[in-house]
Amino acid sequence: MAEALTLLGFTKHFPGVLANDHIDLSVNQGEIHGLLGENGAGKSVLMSTLYGLYRPDAGKVFIRGHEVTIGSPSQAIAHGIGMVHQQFNLVQNMSVWENIVLGKEPCQGFVLDRNQIRKELLALLKATGFEIDLDAKIRDLPIGLQQRVEILKILYRGADILIFDEPTAVLTPQEVDQLFKTFRQLANQGKTIIFISHKLKEIFCICDRVTVLRRGKKIGTLPITDATPESLAEMMVGRKIFFSFEKVKSPQPEVILSVEGLTVSRDRGGHALHNISFVIHSYEILGVAGVEGNGQTELAEVLVGLRYPQKGEIIFQGKDITHYPPKKRILMGISHIPEDRPKRGIISDFSVKDNLILGYEDLPPYKMGLITRNEMSIDQFAQNAIEEFEIATPGKETFVRNLSGGNQQKVVLARELSRNVALAIAAQPSRGLDIAASEYIRNKLIELKNNGSGVLLISADLDEIRSISDRVIVLYEGQIIGELSPEADEYQYGLLMGGTAC
Amino acid sequence: MNLTSIINLSLFQASLRMATPIAFAALGGMFTERAGVVNIGLEGIMLNSAFFAVFATYLTGSSILGVLAGMASGCLLGIIMAILTVKYQGNQIVVGTGINVFGLGFSAYMCQKIWGSRGASDTIVGLRTLDLPFLNRIPWVGPIMNNQNELVYLMILISILSHFFLYSTRWGLRLRAVGENPQAADTSGINVYQYKYFFVILGCVVSSLGGVFLSIGHLNFFAWGMTSGRGFIALAAMILGKWTPFGCLAASFLFGITDALQMRLQALGILPSQIILLLPYAITIFILAGFVGRSIAPSDYKPYVKQ
Amino acid sequence: MLNKTAHYLSRSRSILPELIAILLAFLLSAIILTITGYSPLRAFNALFRGAFGNKFGIGQTLTQATPILFTSLSFLLAFRSGLFNIGIEGQFLMGAFAAAIAGSVFHGIPPIIHVLITLIAGGLFGALWCLIPALLKIFTGASEVITTMMMSYIATYLTSYFVNYRFKAPGWVAQTNPIQTSAVLPKILPPTQLSVSFLISLAFTVLVYYFLFKTYLGFQIRAVGLNPAASENRGIHVHSRLIMAFLFSAFVAGVGGAGEVLGVHGRFVEGFSPGYGWDGIAVSLVGRLHPFGCIFASILFGMLRAGGMTMTRMTKVPLDISLIIQSLVIILVAAPSFIKYIILRRKD
Repeated sequence: MAEALTLLGFTKHFPGVLANDHIDLSVNQGEIHGLLGENGAGKSVLMSTLYGLYRPDAGKVFIRGHEVTIGSPSQAIAHGIGMVHQQFNLVQNMSVWENIVLGKEPCQGFVLDRNQIRKELLALLKATGFEIDLDAKIRDLPIGLQQRVEILKILYRGADILIFDEPTAVLTPQEVDQLFKTFRQLANQGKTIIFISHKLKEIFCICDRVTVLRRGKKIGTLPITDATPESLAEMMVGRKIFFSFEKVKSPQPEVILSVEGLTVSRDRGGHALHNISFVIHSYEILGVAGVEGNGQTELAEVLVGLRYPQKGEIIFQGKDITHYPPKKRILMGISHIPEDRPKRGIISDFSVKDNLILGYEDLPPYKMGLITRNEMSIDQFAQNAIEEFEIATPGKETFVRNLSGGNQQKVVLARELSRNVALAIAAQPSRGLDIAASEYIRNKLIELKNNGSGVLLISADLDEIRSISDRVIVLYEGQIIGELSPEADEYQYGLLMGGTAC
Repeated sequence: MNLTSIINLSLFQASLRMATPIAFAALGGMFTERAGVVNIGLEGIMLNSAFFAVFATYLTGSSILGVLAGMASGCLLGIIMAILTVKYQGNQIVVGTGINVFGLGFSAYMCQKIWGSRGASDTIVGLRTLDLPFLNRIPWVGPIMNNQNELVYLMILISILSHFFLYSTRWGLRLRAVGENPQAADTSGINVYQYKYFFVILGCVVSSLGGVFLSIGHLNFFAWGMTSGRGFIALAAMILGKWTPFGCLAASFLFGITDALQMRLQALGILPSQIILLLPYAITIFILAGFVGRSIAPSDYKPYVKQ
Repeated sequence: MLNKTAHYLSRSRSILPELIAILLAFLLSAIILTITGYSPLRAFNALFRGAFGNKFGIGQTLTQATPILFTSLSFLLAFRSGLFNIGIEGQFLMGAFAAAIAGSVFHGIPPIIHVLITLIAGGLFGALWCLIPALLKIFTGASEVITTMMMSYIATYLTSYFVNYRFKAPGWVAQTNPIQTSAVLPKILPPTQLSVSFLISLAFTVLVYYFLFKTYLGFQIRAVGLNPAASENRGIHVHSRLIMAFLFSAFVAGVGGAGEVLGVHGRFVEGFSPGYGWDGIAVSLVGRLHPFGCIFASILFGMLRAGGMTMTRMTKVPLDISLIIQSLVIILVAAPSFIKYIILRRKD
């Protein structure tokens, strides 16, 4: 098979980190090539640099045997490379066809040639077998269809090397199915697909060959037929992963949270959550499994008070807290580790100290008299928190924006867990963090549970859920479609989450 | 005094006239906002161009040169705004406020220097009104549009051209993308910075025509602070018009009616002038309260930093 | 809501960027002066001598600095919560008017009480003037930039109406009756106009500083200004803090207006404010949104105003050059990377 794309000695630095370390990669034409690695392995950086979003520090790129230099995405596009990112680059208020032709619009003189556009796009739809309303506005489309628009965009520009960066993260299982069918179809037409993922199962499902990266280095490339999940996992992580933590059996579990018939509507119409009911006990971690976008965000928000449900009730420690504001819930012992840390979790331009007391500033001892801040107590608390949670920071006055992601999350943890916690809502707590930080967080959650708290762990990372939860419920399209024990087979989980039988 | 003595053809003709400076400002503001920059400095741009238009006409006797001079001053301020907000990512509202104060100060300063009076300049011969009889044949709208100043027709022309530009040309499509999602535009190969620079400057040039109209199209002299908040009312008109050319035009016409009404009421003398004068501003707040808030702005106003 | 300017302003330590902005502003104004046929050296010389050359100058500088300090504190308070209260001028005027009425209408009250009443009346009327914009912002999201500006124009016309009709003093000047002597704030540096209102402005500076940085309310307001979503998540009531900041901001502006009436003019005279509201914005930015920074910056701008009158008298340079200088300062301070570029020849 001819080589569609070859990278030799590809190297890319960022301040403080060597993201790609002399990587050699070769991808054959017409194959689906997986790029596997954990968060931070360098897969996205590699492809983004190839695509011209960054300048490589060293290395050569060959396309179909010819050496090329790619300094910008438009150059990459000119060479037939197209990339579909995790964050779509679509203009929400414009239509599908406008987004597709943007930048390469067929015109008659000054005017957009709408007939020509329609002709070309309909032909493209036919060739790919996609079904989409060309005039629909992007904001009205589900994520899976939006992704299709992204694919159409790059095909419209004549891409024959298509790179997908973690495309399944935001898809329902049906949509993942569709996507993989599309991959196969495109590959059969001679296109080359590079599929970046950290999900072993998916790589197995669809790839012909796979390259594994770890900490910026290429560990190896092999045909999928020569690989097993264990061998790939070991290449990915470098050591045997121990999946289960020590689980303490709870002494006297009692229900601390009971959610009954909860229905929450979505901002854009429809329901994010539909008639949800479940309970959480003390001394228990309840895992909520499911692909992101099935109502997890709204679930956390409604439990914490950032959103109110249309129907249903939330009973906490015997009280109906359904319409309590966030402050009241915080005072009752409900803590929140938000999934969107920069937006909800921290104030970047406040110091570590100020972030640590955020939400406690009006409570004694941090408040003296009527409104005065008690600087000494605040300083003391901050110092203790930094030590106890091992937050790596030059000082408590440092602005939190200067801390690493893991340490920022530790600030959030320190703040949330320093008061008596009856119930902790942890939403995607280790997203974007490295292995060490993730393990720290999981240990903390287990510690909480062992001390009697209840923990709701919402995570798209099935391994994380299974390794520390006592019970697991699966959220799919806003409903709880099943409860499993953590020891249950991944296959069973997969079925509940929508099933990805290849 | 009955209702028809107030609400009649001449009211609507006056409304179109009074709408013109607001419409120019709103159209220009629309372009800068679609480029991703909110232009608070419309007052300053208009005051400056009002002054330069009168000044150039005063020096050369040609009102055409006056128009061009006004536009040139808008262009200069546009360049400054573009550099500060796009290249150096300065706070757009602060830059706009600075330009407002600058316009106020500079125009008063020059007025004092040249004509010795801070308050008003000498009068000059301004632009003409055009009589286009064919317009009279269009029902309803025609007679309103006839016998208007040249700049009024220019404003209507610009509205039509803007609409065509935004929705039927490739550059309009790209501009819309640049404003709403610069990252998306960038990855589509569009030079985002180029578009931002160009349309911020173009927007300021169009807005400056509003000031030009006020001085040499309407009053034939320059007076201190003559824009009287129209730059802010134009922002309200732009929001009300949902950042579309015809929307801006229609909203500006609405404000033009309040302005024309206010003048009629003053002439009738039924209320003290100050009370009447504050009506347009109160109405603006009223309209903002009722209609706005949940509109979807066409841009995210954040400075674009290429990743 | 806040962006790079505010982040930058609240973060960096050195005052070099502000000094450079001021110097550049003077430099560019010098160019404008030269092109229009004036001598910048003579003009600035007259300016500085008028402002600092003698006791009278210093007194006048501080007198002009007083209302500017008030309005800058006002803008700062709102900006720290993420709001752009640019209608300070209107709130200032309403406060002044309320003080003029409260000052003249009550007889026979002990001076301290009378002064307190008028100052509070001024503050309350100032706060009242931001109520509609504040409510509209909360309930409809309407831009406070436009609404406060509209209220400001309305205030100008409304006070003009009152002062020309209902509350007009006999004579042909558009002004109210003089306030009672019990409401007058004594002068502290005769023969200049400098009065106790200057000391009150300093007191308010300390008050605002204390409020913002030493109380939990101020902390919450600053949190809301920097990240409303995170604040909401942690139980802070965003809307109520916004209203609090807005009202406090307008209150301070109103007190500033009252201070002018009680300390300088003794009545409300139409057009008495040469745009102190706008000065406040520039000063707030130069003072880096910090109360103590505002003290120094307001003295600088007070100098521009006080010295400006001398400058105009002696060199015939139009008074508005101070507005020009001021606007250039605002523009230059707004683009911190630009200044950094000039200092360091590299981008932030």
